[in-house]
Amino acid sequence: MSKITGAQAIIKCLQEEGVDIIFGFPGGAVIDLYDELMDCPIKHVLVRHEQGAVHAADGLARATGKVGVALLTSGPGATNGVTGIATAYLDSIPIVVFTGQVPRALIGNDAFQEVDIVGITRPCTKHNYLVSDPDELVSTIREAFYLAASGRPGPVLIDLPKDVVASMMDFPDPEPIRMKTYQPKVKPHPGQVEKACKAFLQAKRPVLYIGGGVILANASKELTELAEKTQTPVTMTLMGLGGFPGTNPLSMGMLGMHGSYASNMMVSESDLLIAVGARFDDRVTGRLDAFAPHAKIVHIDVDPTSISKNVGVDIPIVADCKHALQAVNDWLENSADFDSAAMAENHQPWIDRVMDWDKKHPLSYQEEGDVIKPQYVVETLNKLTNGDAIITTEVGQNQMWAAQFYKFNKPRRLLTSGGLGTMGYGLPAAIGAKLAFPDMTVIDVAGDGSIQMNIQELATAKQYGAKVKVAILNNNYLGMVRQWQELFYNRRYSATVMEVTPDFVALAAAYGAVGLRATKKDEVEPVIKEALATDNLVIMDFSISREEGVFPMVPAGKATTEMLLV
Amino acid sequence: MKHTLSILLQNKPGALSRVTGLFSGRGFNIESLCVAETLDPKVSSMTLVTWGSDSIIEQINKQLHKLIDVIKVTDISEGEYVEREMVIIRVKAEAGTRAEVLRVIDIFRGKVVDVSPNTYSVEITGPESKIKAVVDILRPIGIKEIIRTGTIAMARAPKK
Repeated sequence: MSKITGAQAIIKCLQEEGVDIIFGFPGGAVIDLYDELMDCPIKHVLVRHEQGAVHAADGLARATGKVGVALLTSGPGATNGVTGIATAYLDSIPIVVFTGQVPRALIGNDAFQEVDIVGITRPCTKHNYLVSDPDELVSTIREAFYLAASGRPGPVLIDLPKDVVASMMDFPDPEPIRMKTYQPKVKPHPGQVEKACKAFLQAKRPVLYIGGGVILANASKELTELAEKTQTPVTMTLMGLGGFPGTNPLSMGMLGMHGSYASNMMVSESDLLIAVGARFDDRVTGRLDAFAPHAKIVHIDVDPTSISKNVGVDIPIVADCKHALQAVNDWLENSADFDSAAMAENHQPWIDRVMDWDKKHPLSYQEEGDVIKPQYVVETLNKLTNGDAIITTEVGQNQMWAAQFYKFNKPRRLLTSGGLGTMGYGLPAAIGAKLAFPDMTVIDVAGDGSIQMNIQELATAKQYGAKVKVAILNNNYLGMVRQWQELFYNRRYSATVMEVTPDFVALAAAYGAVGLRATKKDEVEPVIKEALATDNLVIMDFSISREEGVFPMVPAGKATTEMLLV
Repeated sequence: MKHTLSILLQNKPGALSRVTGLFSGRGFNIESLCVAETLDPKVSSMTLVTWGSDSIIEQINKQLHKLIDVIKVTDISEGEYVEREMVIIRVKAEAGTRAEVLRVIDIFRGKVVDVSPNTYSVEITGPESKIKAVVDILRPIGIKEIIRTGTIAMARAPKK
């Protein structure tokens, strides 16, 4: 077998994995790999900051379900990527990040642009590797892709010493990957499925509480089948939005800190809470001892560590969500005790109660003459895109308004940093998604604060023709922190006033994009229409009511029934 | 409650810090930790003594399993097991106390491994309770220095 260089082997591995786009930024330690990239069909997208590369790879992964890939140089290149890696880790997103490293002989010498990135990223990767033997390069890359995508997905980092990438090696044929220390459970235990189904048959007030795991496992179809045939209301975490159609009558929207009134009330009154691919995050549960106090809890999750971590679980099912939901559906279908119509009738009083809560306190906002309300902007985006765009968000109020007022009917349409809460995520993630789906409308719902965290990526978007639309909900505040200060800190707006904000319309022009501005309510719709019709990168700057808050709101540490309404 | 975990893990660079990083990152406790190679040089075994409520121990167990380098985790304190710790104690041994030190060491089946004009260094092996007992007795005589290995433990073989 003829020998090839490490750089050639890496490219071959990427092609083997079906990777056609990678995001990166070159440097001394990865220059051999970049040389090889020039002659290969894989498209390399040059970002303007390494954090953007990792977020873009993450955005591509969330939108497509494939493994995203980023390539960073050693030292600062690698450390700049850490926020992106941690973002993917907290949301269980499959990405593989390659980092350059100084040659093996220099490791540990505080060499130029040397950093122990494997040590730094150990707590925020699913696994990571330093390739110290060229003969292990290929098997390491194959293992990394397998780890990233299987079980509970997550980021995997491979640190590549420069001399390993330059050395000559064989390229062995791929073999099925078998790891004796890693065998994620896919199929559910039939006994547990039976217990869960029996509990379901007895429940009077069941609730399906679904998280990002449903989307990661592509289990929306099975979930929708279960909800509909049992007439069970569904609430979603931020990460679960789109996992069940937002316009389905059984959808009560998001739960938790900024969840709907009906969602939080029904969880607290339910007698059976079926959690699917969700992890009882503090933003969802509020005060733990008051969370779902009357409910028996069924928890379906692929990761055993999620089970009974925060809330004690009565019936755990450790399995891939798709397989587990399928098994539950099958069990019910084959059970003599299950009758869809009878169950629907049995649940009707409960559904009526839930609907009543929703009617009493729907998600809403106060109109204020011709002032632009941010919720109205998101509603209009929803209307003009038929709820069918890919929406990315930054983090803060913009994220919550997008989550509340855009109706996500399909999975993989909301790309948002749920776990880590990374400002600056939305724009690069939108670029990743747009390059994967050039024909889809991709909109970054942003705030004037967070858009500035990675605004340099406008240049990347322009260079690669990623015609994303950025909708800035501009209130000249770091709005979410300001809201907390208003409510809990006597309106002392410490460091949340953006005294200087760039002219985003002029900035758009500087990047070769189109800038549009709306300062009155009746300008919102024309601006969005123009943005959607414009064949270019567009920034929409909406001057919104400055002190608008996100409601309902469960103050941190309170029970989820203690909501502050509008 | 105290638990003794026996962990088999791949003998790879960084594997130990994955385990210790997990404990520090998630706020779990480590009372003692012993690691060494097994018969298979690719595998290390680790005895880790920790404490916490049942739910914390359950999380520790699951989180350890989740580490890719970890092969097996056994909470051996759930069944019968033998545990040993070794300690080397440098104790004051002057004219008036030499004989007493030797007597104590003898009772605990220890041995003297180093001698100086004013001290004996003694080696004692046993379960934690025995180590504690010998330390309590030697302390009034004058312990100059003490080094402990931490506990190693093994589940008892099935009797059938």
